[in-house]
Amino acid sequence: MGFREYRVGSILFGVALSTSMMITLYMPSLDISGVSSTATALEKQLTYGKINAFDYGDLFLHGTDKPIKVILKKNPATGAVMDEVAAYVFKPGTSFPSGLKHDNILGDDVQALSVSLGKMNKATEAKGGVFLVSTKVTNGVETPYIEFATATRGWGVDATLKAASETILAGSGKTMFIREGCWWCHTLLPEETHDWQSFGRPPMLGDFNGESPTTFGSDRKAPDLLHVGSRNSSKEWMMLHFFNPRLVQPHSIMPRYDYLWGGKDAKGNVIDLNKWDVEFNAYRDGERVYPPEVPDYADDSEIRYLIDFVLNLK
Amino acid sequence: MIKYMLAKEKDIPGGTAALFFSFSAIMWFIIGTGLGSFNAAKLAFPDWFTHSYALQFGHMRQVHVMAVIFGWITGAFAASAMYVVPALGNTKLWSEKLGVWNCMMWNVGMAVGLSSLWFGMTSGREYSDFIWPIDLYIAFVMVTPLFVNIFMSIVTRRTQGIYTTNWFFAASFFMLIIVFLIGNIPEFFHLTGLNEAYMTWWFAHNVLGLLITPVAAAITYYIVPKVTGNPLYSHRVGHLHFWSIVVFYSTPAAHHLMSSPLPEWLKSFASVEGVLILVPAVAYVCNILLTMQGRWSMFVENIEIKYTITGVLLAIPLNMQGGFQQTRAINWYVHGTGWIVAHAHLALLGFSTFAEAAAVYYGIQTLTRRKLYSLSLANFHFWMLLIGFSLYWVSMTIAGLIQGAGKIYEVPYMDVVIAEHPYMIVRWLGGTLVFIGNWVWLYNMYMTVKAGEKLSVGVQPQDVAYAR
Ligand code: HEC
Repeated sequence: MGFREYRVGSILFGVALSTSMMITLYMPSLDISGVSSTATALEKQLTYGKINAFDYGDLFLHGTDKPIKVILKKNPATGAVMDEVAAYVFKPGTSFPSGLKHDNILGDDVQALSVSLGKMNKATEAKGGVFLVSTKVTNGVETPYIEFATATRGWGVDATLKAASETILAGSGKTMFIREGCWWCHTLLPEETHDWQSFGRPPMLGDFNGESPTTFGSDRKAPDLLHVGSRNSSKEWMMLHFFNPRLVQPHSIMPRYDYLWGGKDAKGNVIDLNKWDVEFNAYRDGERVYPPEVPDYADDSEIRYLIDFVLNLK
Repeated sequence: MIKYMLAKEKDIPGGTAALFFSFSAIMWFIIGTGLGSFNAAKLAFPDWFTHSYALQFGHMRQVHVMAVIFGWITGAFAASAMYVVPALGNTKLWSEKLGVWNCMMWNVGMAVGLSSLWFGMTSGREYSDFIWPIDLYIAFVMVTPLFVNIFMSIVTRRTQGIYTTNWFFAASFFMLIIVFLIGNIPEFFHLTGLNEAYMTWWFAHNVLGLLITPVAAAITYYIVPKVTGNPLYSHRVGHLHFWSIVVFYSTPAAHHLMSSPLPEWLKSFASVEGVLILVPAVAYVCNILLTMQGRWSMFVENIEIKYTITGVLLAIPLNMQGGFQQTRAINWYVHGTGWIVAHAHLALLGFSTFAEAAAVYYGIQTLTRRKLYSLSLANFHFWMLLIGFSLYWVSMTIAGLIQGAGKIYEVPYMDVVIAEHPYMIVRWLGGTLVFIGNWVWLYNMYMTVKAGEKLSVGVQPQDVAYAR
């Protein structure tokens, strides 16, 4: 290379680059990894599963390999009526989120409680199982932890699914949210300068442990969705709005997601989008009094996943 | 192209790889801006082309970004490095054959990567949207050969010193490999939570900061002295630029996440470092503009200088925005609004595209030893780019200010969407002008290679630009 200066320069270059990475990558990662999970983070992990993007379990992002969130009003083991609780069902083989697999994700206290009280480390992916988010209060401080209900309460996968009063496929829905690029318009990160009354509070440091990907979104062209389920919990509205946002909001720029119905409605009839369009245009131009009906979606349609996800954003 | 991929090294004419890269970069630019214009149309007229999975906004938006960044911008960087480095080292490209293969594999990678992205295979991380197999492909099959070729051409140079441009080329392509491998760790090893979010933006920040801005600057360090005949104003200031980029530029990544719950020290640190980015920025702009002393008439008369200096002038607002919009005092207002979109286009479509367009114009003429086919078409392209870009930038900046006001004054969101609508239409118009201009550019470049007037020995394109 010639000059001695170039050798010195190359060394300086290496030193500068590694110092900057030390400060900007290594130190923050230590700091962030020491954060203790909140209950929100535990719920998110158990709802969304391992990864909601490209992964071995779901190469084409169809929302497979995801846990099922259920609402229970009676005890799956005994059948006795109990207070409503949300449980997270992992069918055998469903990938676990990283918090269930690795020791350094949940934060020390949460991890210790999940193992001692929650028997979390008894769970295996091959057998699956049912999980809960529970809390323990010590000296007035609430610590959330993951409870492996199959071990602690004897709740089996099938019994829990049968006892469920509501099934929420929000894990698959988050995959839809990512695949469909909702996050190019909507953020999942309300700001401190936002109107908290309408958008809800910004998230906290421990709200993200184990979530992947976080999809904050950066280019906001639409309302923040982090707490949208709290301000609008109508399935009907969501259905109309996703089929054609201009049905409920004439000035919306949101795309139509009618193709997520998958071509067939709940009764298995073929959906004729072109005919729908003609009727809708007639309605828009004032030639029809009512807009055409929006077809009901099938239970295993992608739009169902998405609506479950959106309404689950409380 | 296939012919040269199988030929012996000595049978491949010098400059072949650079020419291939130039044309493929222009093609990707056309594809990228076409998608951009289509996306903008969908935002302005959401009921245009519905019912289709493939033509939905959320599926195309990231394809536009990736086509432009890795197809056009990085491709044009490769093209310019492949003729500038040998010219500065008074030598040949280390391996022309590797270069040709590199270009082929580059285009294959882009085609596969973009189509997988288009059909929904995404990592869900902005700017590192490609799934990790494609990330590895980019790092090892696209960028590593480029780096090796450029680095070895610098090592085997036949001049004594290494000129500023070449420091940047060698360092940036190397850093791009590092950035790709480290920035995608969350995908390779399944990092989660805020670590993942932060690394996403570390990657995004550094692709811009360690690749795009420095290499675009490197190109102008070559074109301006070369075409005007003035020596670079100061090599010391060039040193300052280079070293402050290496030291400061990779550190402020957290300023992209000022409103997220990252540790406070990290955000404050990033913000201070973000202001320090003004050091390389001011050093660079002053250096280039002072190099122009006495030759400012060329800004009007010479097409390459017109492009380059426009790029450099656009770097001034770019850096002023970049330095200050990330401070807490300003960020709370503009965060997540169209202002940022405008800023990103100022960097990519403004500063760096203008610099690269100059390099590609100049490169195609010197490599084929032919005069530009039509100066008028080149000027037409210039104005299409500049007017299109300005419409875009101004409209998105205004839209961003409206969104910012809507955010802090708690205006119902729907009213903000309605207020933004005219600017969405202007944005689409701007993008479309750029798109149309690029077709003209491709035609002009093709005709230059086919039918441009031959340059006689010892004559540079700029010497005969006005000869008839
Ligand atoms: C082109 C940008 C864009 C995309 C992409 C987009 N939206 Fe929207 N969305 C909007 C706009 C603008 C509004 C506000 C007007 C309205 O209600 O339609 C909105 C409103 C909403 C609302 C109602 C919010 C509220 O405050 O009540 C929900 C829920 C929603 N979108 C969900 C989604 C989902 C899920 C996706 C992805 C499948 C998506 N959006 C994709 C632009 C977009």
